[in-house]
Amino acid sequence: MSLFKHFTPLRILLAHHLQTALASLGRLSRNPAGSLMTTAVIGIALAMPAGLHLILSNLQLLSDNWDGSSSISLFLKKEAPESGGRRLAERIGEMAEVSKVKFVTADESLAEFRRFSGFDDVLGLLQENPLPAVVLIQPKEQGGNPVSVEKLVEQLKKEALVDHAQIDLEWVKRFAAITRIAQRGVLILAGLLSMAVLLVIGNTIRLEIQNRHEEIEITKLIGATNAFIRRPFLYSGFWFGLLGGLFALLLVLLSAFLIQEPLLQLTILYNSGFTFSALDSTTLLGFLVGSPILGLLGAAIAVGRHLKRIEPA
Amino acid sequence: MIRYEQVTKRYPSGYEGLKDVSFHIEPGEMVFLTGPSGAGKSTLLKLTGLLERCTRGQVIVDNRNLAQMRPSEIPYHRRKVGMIFQDHRLLHDRPVFDNVALPLVVAGVGREEIGRRVRAALDQVGLLKKERSMPITLSGGEQQRVGIARAVVTRPPVLLADEPTGNLDPRLSAEIMKLFERFNQVGVTLLIASHDVSLIRRMGKRILVLDQGALTHDLPPGALNR
Repeated sequence: MSLFKHFTPLRILLAHHLQTALASLGRLSRNPAGSLMTTAVIGIALAMPAGLHLILSNLQLLSDNWDGSSSISLFLKKEAPESGGRRLAERIGEMAEVSKVKFVTADESLAEFRRFSGFDDVLGLLQENPLPAVVLIQPKEQGGNPVSVEKLVEQLKKEALVDHAQIDLEWVKRFAAITRIAQRGVLILAGLLSMAVLLVIGNTIRLEIQNRHEEIEITKLIGATNAFIRRPFLYSGFWFGLLGGLFALLLVLLSAFLIQEPLLQLTILYNSGFTFSALDSTTLLGFLVGSPILGLLGAAIAVGRHLKRIEPA
Repeated sequence: MIRYEQVTKRYPSGYEGLKDVSFHIEPGEMVFLTGPSGAGKSTLLKLTGLLERCTRGQVIVDNRNLAQMRPSEIPYHRRKVGMIFQDHRLLHDRPVFDNVALPLVVAGVGREEIGRRVRAALDQVGLLKKERSMPITLSGGEQQRVGIARAVVTRPPVLLADEPTGNLDPRLSAEIMKLFERFNQVGVTLLIASHDVSLIRRMGKRILVLDQGALTHDLPPGALNR
């Protein structure tokens, strides 16, 4: 009389799990409108923070490319000799914090200015070159830590030949600060919307439990364990989570596709080597693993709350 | 097989479903439980199937005291006690085969074994040809036989039936009773609640009579036929 023992062979248990999982999926497909709506709600809720995260991380990539704007221009004193300027440039080039250095003589500056400004005639009237020699420095720090760039500038200002140093640091600093705030905001949003997903799935499962009230009662009557009764609902939650995650993935990829072309055009205008990245591994993992876990959790909460109340009478 | 010792069931409202009921049913007995509506027949079956627990006294089924059973053991107790209901309690979203298979699926029986046992049970109740039908397309008597097939498919040692012929005409009722007798002949213990006195009398089995929660008579087999 093995039927009355507390033991199910593993092979049969696994087969039952597979069968239950497929049956739960089948149940979702039998109510396509409702299932699609739930999936869409979950997908949109997940796509929102993921989309913002995507925009932010791309902005960060972009600002990495803008590290050029945190390059330092050292304007040398007018009386500084060209040879001294070259030596200074060489010395700076050997510093650990510096990745690239370029020396531009006063004449070269003038020539370039002529080419770009169109003031050729006017400049011809000048008796001497009004422009100083410049050392252009590209600091090594990629990913932009503005503080160390600032330190480098302070150090370079002390050089005897240097008249003044110029750097567009404030802007980089502010941008970094704003990105950090926005990142925190995305994190909070992701937390809140995950809660929303949990509630949506919990509520959907609660309705399913209500709809299958009689079935649960009858199954209990003929000796089903609580685990047996919980199983299909947990699988429903899992599927809702997974499908919602896939839907979110689709939404994000679609939005990325729509945004990609104009964005690339913009970056070309800015002469930046920026390339758009549509998805990172965190987001993908969140959609394909985190979302099903959220689904399972939501279902577990609903099942825990409502299944105990259903007892055959 | 089923032993009641001074069992009282009091509901939270104060209503007493059973009052100090004691009896013993031997393994392999077939016993009818009768009495007017509200006499406590359903309460007694519910206590035996552990749908409810008694307030005082002891209910012992298959040498297990039900009061000492932990909630996690209840499913395994219910697998030993097949239950048949007046309203059949079938699942209407799936065919006859799946309904009858459910207790085996719940108990973790393999697929081929399920097919074999379900067909055997359906054969016993004469519904082998209806295994793909939906319950709603069957007559009342056929639905009741599906319910019986589901109750016996795990070959439980005990069968409980609550007004199994309540909605059936006399001819169908007699058929169902014949079915129960056949199970009894292979050793199943049966406890059948019914208020159909003429039917019970014809069967000539032991009869427990309840009135307002108290056991008023325990009539031996054939007592009403003499």
